[in-house]
Amino acid sequence: MSSEFRLPALGADMDDGTILEWHVAPGSRVKRGDVVAVVETDKGAIDVEIFMDGVVHELVVAPGTRIPVGTVIATIDAEDAAPAPSLTPSPAPAGEGRGEGSSSSPSSTERLKVSPAARRRARELHVDVEALTGTGPGGAITVEDVERVQPTEKGGMREAIAAAMSRSKREIPHYYLSTTIDVTPATEWLAAHNAAAPVAERLLFAALIVKSVALACRELEGFSGFHRDGRYEQSTAVHVGVAVALRGGGLVAPAIMDTADKPLAALMDDFRALVTRARAGRLRASELAAPTIILTSLGEASVEAVFPIIQPPQVAIVGAGAVVERPWVVGGKVVPRQVLTLSLGADHRVTDGRLGAQFLARIAARLQSPASL
Amino acid sequence: MDRAELTRRVLSLVTEIAPDVDAATVIPGINFRDQFDFDSMDTLNFAIALHRELGVDVPETDYAQLANLDKCVAYLMKEGTVS
Repeated sequence: MSSEFRLPALGADMDDGTILEWHVAPGSRVKRGDVVAVVETDKGAIDVEIFMDGVVHELVVAPGTRIPVGTVIATIDAEDAAPAPSLTPSPAPAGEGRGEGSSSSPSSTERLKVSPAARRRARELHVDVEALTGTGPGGAITVEDVERVQPTEKGGMREAIAAAMSRSKREIPHYYLSTTIDVTPATEWLAAHNAAAPVAERLLFAALIVKSVALACRELEGFSGFHRDGRYEQSTAVHVGVAVALRGGGLVAPAIMDTADKPLAALMDDFRALVTRARAGRLRASELAAPTIILTSLGEASVEAVFPIIQPPQVAIVGAGAVVERPWVVGGKVVPRQVLTLSLGADHRVTDGRLGAQFLARIAARLQSPASL
Repeated sequence: MDRAELTRRVLSLVTEIAPDVDAATVIPGINFRDQFDFDSMDTLNFAIALHRELGVDVPETDYAQLANLDKCVAYLMKEGTVS
């Protein structure tokens, strides 16, 4: 018997998507987690993974078709035999310029030479790249080619963010807390670690915060989970989403999966790969749908504090400002210290400020002993 | 490697680590941060790419020398590790 595979929602604000290409054909064996299709959404081109093992029976939706979330896009015959050989979940070539181009894709739309920057701009502006004439090297379509056609406003992603944040402010009774902590021990530990480590193993301060948030989620209930259909479900897994600002506007918050279980080095590798793929528009569906809580780290923009807005159906979001040097009182003396303002936006339907304060304190405590992260 | 060749390779690394940046728009004397919102993640990726492609290990304390294309090329030439 065939099972139906439907277009998954990749977040609260996604209503539809366009199949860009299929990575499988009827008869292909698939297993849970394989990337089977690339779908164009307001958050960029997303690799969609399948949730079941089996053999593809039929591809119901052709590339180029825009369809609502929940539409059956393929049918899968369940397999009872031995484990199927795995398909290689190779990333689709995103045009030229990344040097990773496997070109085995059956799609014709991906054959167009479009720079990744231009493809992303085209998505933002709702410009059909196939209708353009490229002026770049080898006839490649550049950002300028896209903007020539549609020189205005941001488009889809801005609308998606507006929809999600409006819903959040309408439905979620937020409360906000903040605390400023001395992170000098953590910055010193980090500088020493990075001075000794090979360049590829250096850490960012944000990675320490991500891990601290994940561990705090394990210790206190009510911050890592989802509020759906009038009730809260605590998530057993902790997937911290990291807010990634996109150049030229917009942001996405994909998850570092199983954040609390990962050693810092592995967490940092995932973090780095995630940011790069987010900016190249190559995120996976599961990464966008997975976050159980989000960290927004606006330190780069030099603000000292952020008052973060929850992304439904989540119930909490942690904000981190810039690490700045400030006069601080230690043992009765004023001394210069590196300080960080942590903040929390949380859902009053689930927790109160007292528990929220404890949650922030747990994160702060973890940051005091970076070597044990 | 002469300056022009080094500049070309550095530029290709910039667009590799930031695929959403158009190489044609990079202005050599303007900081990547001001021009393209480069953040600490971009800088780290840049340092990793420089190490991988050119064999230069830029310590974290020298990251300021990678702030823009001109500075970066000058730094790499001065270090003498790229000849």
